[in-house]
Amino acid sequence: MTEFLAQVFSAEVWGYVLPATWQTVYMTAISTTITICFGLLFGILLYITDKDGLHPSPIFNKVFGAIINSVLSLPSMIVILLFLPLSKMIVGVSYGPKAFIVSLSIVCIPIFSRMVENSVLEVAKGKVEAAKAMGASNLDIIFKVILPEALPTLIRNFVVLTITLISITAIAGSFGAGGLGELAVRFGYNRYRSDILVAVIIVLLVVVECLQFFGAFISKKILKKRHLV
Amino acid sequence: MLSSYIEIKNVSKKFKNHNQEFDVLKDINLEIQKGDIFGIIGFSGAGKSTLIRCINRLETISSGTINLGNHEIDKFSKKEMNLYRQKIGMIFQHFNLFDSRTVYDNVAFPLEVSGKSKQEIKKRVIEILELVSISDKKDFYPGQLSVGQKQRVGIARALANNPCILLSDEATSALDPVTSLSVLDLLKDINKKLGITIILITHSLDVIKYTCNNMAVLEDGLIAENGSVRKIFAKPSSETAKVFIKNNSDLAKFDYLGGSYGI
Repeated sequence: MTEFLAQVFSAEVWGYVLPATWQTVYMTAISTTITICFGLLFGILLYITDKDGLHPSPIFNKVFGAIINSVLSLPSMIVILLFLPLSKMIVGVSYGPKAFIVSLSIVCIPIFSRMVENSVLEVAKGKVEAAKAMGASNLDIIFKVILPEALPTLIRNFVVLTITLISITAIAGSFGAGGLGELAVRFGYNRYRSDILVAVIIVLLVVVECLQFFGAFISKKILKKRHLV
Repeated sequence: MLSSYIEIKNVSKKFKNHNQEFDVLKDINLEIQKGDIFGIIGFSGAGKSTLIRCINRLETISSGTINLGNHEIDKFSKKEMNLYRQKIGMIFQHFNLFDSRTVYDNVAFPLEVSGKSKQEIKKRVIEILELVSISDKKDFYPGQLSVGQKQRVGIARALANNPCILLSDEATSALDPVTSLSVLDLLKDINKKLGITIILITHSLDVIKYTCNNMAVLEDGLIAENGSVRKIFAKPSSETAKVFIKNNSDLAKFDYLGGSYGI
């Protein structure tokens, strides 16, 4: 047992694990950034075009919602494969971390869009009504009322999104994206290197726990500052 | 820019729900004088909230006209509408303060919206917080305030842009009798000091009796009667008014609510 643990923490194993960790972080960070930009935009679009929204546009809302739902309903593995050709067009390659950023973002944007929509829907209707009654424009209402009011929920959803993204990078790993997922498949599964598999699990656990901790910490800090807890 | 004289002519409002139409307001006619405190009373579902929301066009009317001085509010473009709304304050039963902003920033919000400079905002916020006597809480968040203080902030926020009308949507319904009384005193005070026309809706006769000069009784989307508070109390003609007044005097017998409103 101690021998195995020593093996798990050996320089050889971490020689594989550290570069792979970096690849995963790289993929996750860039995909998350892209996802946040589009997810916020799409989520707010869904919210304001709703029939009770700030700028009702029922047909757009239905069509747009249907597109989001159709991507949501496909297994992420299939979406990744489906959009690899698009990655090739945009980035020029169809393997390695860079190539999968496009696919990963497309998997995650619909998820985060719905998360954003749900978070902003939780802002009490009365606050929006009050802002309207004060003559605020829709842009004012979105940037000065809805987003700040929903911030603690948005942060928590953001953490869930990042964790989901990490697990999806593992799936992408089995198609040649690199990163911890690929390492786990190539060494842990195909070559029976359970020491590498365990090291990968340790890294994932630590990263996810840290994310969770910081997300909850910041969200709580905001709530405390506003005296809502 | 706007005079506070409000004229509501033949206003109707229909809601559509599952292909069924409901008449929420039926042929409403009302005139409210400048500087008045006007009360609208009625049971739940009588259409009070809808009526008051037609005045700042949070609800659009199905037919009829609402005039404010010489302006017909349904003719406003979206931009004019926002400018118009900046001149009509509104306070709410559940305050609707922004939890993400301090008291200061809550009151600053309408001023930011109307494009005032930082210095102007600062000057006005401090002035208006003084008026509602809550200056000491300016850096607090709404989460730290009592309900009475919250409503004071709500009033300050509604008054920030120097409105000519203040709409009060059940503003004291969530408050205990004593706090409610102090908020009503504040409203009367504001009316006297600033000459603002106040329109308040309520389901409490005590509130009307204590605050208003004129009133209207809303019954199932219709104006059952309107006139001076004194007149309606002396000789109610509508069923709703009679029920309200009867219940009110029953309570007064036990020196319940009546006492705290100074009746």
